[in-house]
This record gives sequence, structure tokens and C-alpha cells, in this order.
Amino acid sequence: MAFQTVVPRPEAQLKALPPAAAKMSIRKLDFFYGKFQGLKDINLEIGERQVTAFIGPSGCGKSTLLRTLNRMYSLYPGQRAVGDIQFNGQNILAPGVDLNMLRAKVGMVFQKPTPFPMSIYDNIAFGVSLYETLSSRQMDERVEWALTKAAMWDEAKDKLKQSGMALSGGQQQRLCIARAVAVQPEMLLLDEPTSALDPISTAKIEELITELKQDYTVAIVTHNMQQAARVSDFTAYMYLGELIEFGATDSIFVKPARRETEDYITGRFG
Amino acid sequence: MSEHTHKQFDAEMDSIRAGVLAMGGLVETQLSRAIEILKDGDDQGAMDRIGAVEREINAAQVDMDQLCSQIIAKRQPAAIDLRMILTVTKIVNDLERIGDEVKKIAYKAAQTRDASRLQQVRHFTATRAAGQAGAMLQLALDAFARLDPVAATEVIDHDKEIDAAFAGMLRQLISYMMEDPRTISAALEIVFVAKSIERVGDHTKNIAEAVVQLVKGTDVRHASVAEIRAEVAKE
Repeated sequence: MAFQTVVPRPEAQLKALPPAAAKMSIRKLDFFYGKFQGLKDINLEIGERQVTAFIGPSGCGKSTLLRTLNRMYSLYPGQRAVGDIQFNGQNILAPGVDLNMLRAKVGMVFQKPTPFPMSIYDNIAFGVSLYETLSSRQMDERVEWALTKAAMWDEAKDKLKQSGMALSGGQQQRLCIARAVAVQPEMLLLDEPTSALDPISTAKIEELITELKQDYTVAIVTHNMQQAARVSDFTAYMYLGELIEFGATDSIFVKPARRETEDYITGRFG
Repeated sequence: MSEHTHKQFDAEMDSIRAGVLAMGGLVETQLSRAIEILKDGDDQGAMDRIGAVEREINAAQVDMDQLCSQIIAKRQPAAIDLRMILTVTKIVNDLERIGDEVKKIAYKAAQTRDASRLQQVRHFTATRAAGQAGAMLQLALDAFARLDPVAATEVIDHDKEIDAAFAGMLRQLISYMMEDPRTISAALEIVFVAKSIERVGDHTKNIAEAVVQLVKGTDVRHASVAEIRAEVAKE
């Protein structure tokens, strides 16, 4: 927790700065569901190897924004995004972008755990085999590596051939994270990853998020404000399709700059 | 500030704000009783009342801390609510310490009632300084009640007057002690009175700084008055 001080402290000044190196730069992003405009002029930088949380009431556009970051929306006709999202020197909204490669680089985990109806091992190997040709030994190593990254290896190593559907909800969600990590993405999008989980599984996933940011850039949508406060470095508050406030999590939860943000995070909304 | 969606949360926040003001009221009453004793010497009744209210102040401190812990555990407060609770725990602590200092002032004042040569210091100088400290405390509690950082800054500025009054009293007492060594033991007691008044000013300044931090979100504890004024003027 960091109050600002009048006497300048170097670390306080650092905290106030925008993310040091942007993994993704969003400029003038508008999004349309048919005629309805779901996002309005979003400008935002997602810092490399940092956790950026999106908070806001239902329907504010935070999930929509997340779904533009790997163009998940392109699966649905009538949905379109206009603007510029720079990722690895390319505008991912431009025509001709290889969506399969993009989604391999920008993985996504959803609110409800969605393991494939296959074994734990195959849940992870399936995605990897679409992008890489690995020997069975290399594949074994990759599966172990991914499950270890998702803090699942100890629990899963003796039942790799069992169905992923037989796991508990929290384990299924960590399996999904392992699956997303297995293709070695650069960025992970987490859409309310713990909203269907009990507090202990939630704590494990939150711990995992903190571990994952050593190697990955993470963007997380959450309805749990304390979760955003606990896991993220930067927080974006959205309302009615607009980005109201974006800043260091440490300052947003202690002294937000905007009245609207303050009302939302203190439960004075609506 | 608009209301919380949870009305019970509003009620809990109102109760800690009201609790600070009630506790502040008790401390102010103590201080005016101590001033009476400084002026007129003691009677046992006044000392008993001071002892009783002191126990009430201590109980209020414990109650308020408990209330704050419960709100933190139940509500996970953020932003202005979090700052309010942190501020309340600080202010409650300072109020309790002021209560202790005021009790010391009263006891020491009672002990020195027979020191006729020092009547002037006790009667006028110490009484005036204690009155200033009381006015400062009242202003600080008003600033908290109205969430007024400008008034709080004035309180912080006033602390230097209390410090100057302390230095003045010390000089006066040293002169008496040098002139007439028979006054030394009584003069030393009055030095303690002066020091306690000075501490009341310091704790009151802490309260005012907490109010600025509550409203502006900026920690001003080690800043100059000019820096605090500039911070308060910021939008």
C-alpha cells in the first residue's frame, strides 16, 4: 500500500509512471456489436511482464476489450473492432493477420473451466501438436513443464491418462492455464478465471498469476476488486464502454484520481 | 460523498466518525478541567472527575480500534473508506495520548498549588498555553468533522505557537530557579506541565496531518507548512 508523500521518493515516482515497456499498445480502439458500440476510443498500454487488471460493472466492456486482444471476437459475425492494437510491431486488427499464430502468442483462459473431453496429458499435448512437431519424449517434457508452470504437476503426475473432466473445478482451471501456457505464448488473457472457484482454488490461481508474470504478460478481467488489488500491477476501470481511469494498482485502490473510480471501488455504485 | 450500496456499511462508517468526535469531546472536557485546576488549584472532586473520564477515554480507544478492525475484516474497504479507517485509528491513538498528557497537567498543577512564587507562571502563562492547545484541538476535530484540509493546515501552522509558549515558560522558570533555588522543585513540576502542554500540541498536529492525508490521500507528516499548503491547494 503506498500513500503518496509530499517529500518525493524515487520509488513513488516510478510507480506513478505508465508501464515501462509496453507489450501491447491499444490506440483509438472502437468496438461494435452490429450497430451497438461496445468500446469507445480506448487508449491503453499493457506493460510487458506485468499484470494488468480490468475492472468495472457488468456490461462495461472489459471482457469485450479482452476479446479484441487476441481477436476472439472474429469468430462471431457482425462484431468488428476499429483502431490500432500494436503487438510485436504489427497491428493485430489489420486484415491478413494470421489468427492462429496470434492466438498461440496471446492465450486465453475463460471464466468456466473448459477442459477438452480427453486425458489430462492430451489436453495439453493437443494444442502443442497443432503448432509444433515434437518427439514423444519432447512432448512428455513439455506437458510436465506446462503442468509445473500451472502448479499442477504434483497433483496430476500420477493420473495423466485420466480424463481432464474428472478433475475438481480449481484443478480444471489450472489445467486450462497449463494448456494455454504449453504453446509458449507471450501473453495470457484471463477472463474472470476464478469466478467459479472456491477460495482455496482462487488463492492458488492468484499465486499462479504472480508466478506467471515472471515470464508472461498477463491481462485479467475480474469482478473481484480485491483480486485486482492483490494480483495486478496496473488497473483499468471501465464504465459503459469507456476507459475511465488507468493507473498503478497501488494508487488506484488507495487514492483514485477520478470520482467515478472511487465510487465503484468503495461500493457506492448505482 | 454518496452512499454505499450496503447501507449497513454506511452506518458502520458513521459510527466510527461519530465515535472520534465523542472521544474528542471527552478529551476537550478533560483539558478545560485541567485548566481550571491550573487557575484555581485543585479540589479533590475535580481530580476524581478527571480520573473517571480518563478511564472512559481509554475504553473508547479500545472500542474504536475494535470497530475499525471489524470493518476492515468484513468490508475490505478501499480508497476513501480505507483512508478514513486508517485515519480514525491514528486519531483515536492521539486522542488517548492527549488524555494522558492532560491528566499529567492536572496532577502536576494540583501538586504545585502552594508554590506562591510561581503563581504567575502557573496562573497565567501555563493557563494561556493550555487554552491555545485546547483551541487548536477543537479546530482539528472540526477539520475532521468537516473533512476540511484547509482548516487542518491552519492547525498544523498553530503548533509552532505552542512550541514558542513552551520555550517561553522554560526561560521564565529557569530565571526563577536561578534567582531562588527554593523554587526548584516546584519549578520542575511546572516544567512537566509545560512539556505536557507542548505534547498536546504535537498530538493535535498529528490529528490535523491525518485529516489532510484522509482528504488529499497524501502523507504530509514530514513536510513543511508551505509544502502542505501547496498540496492542499492542488485539485
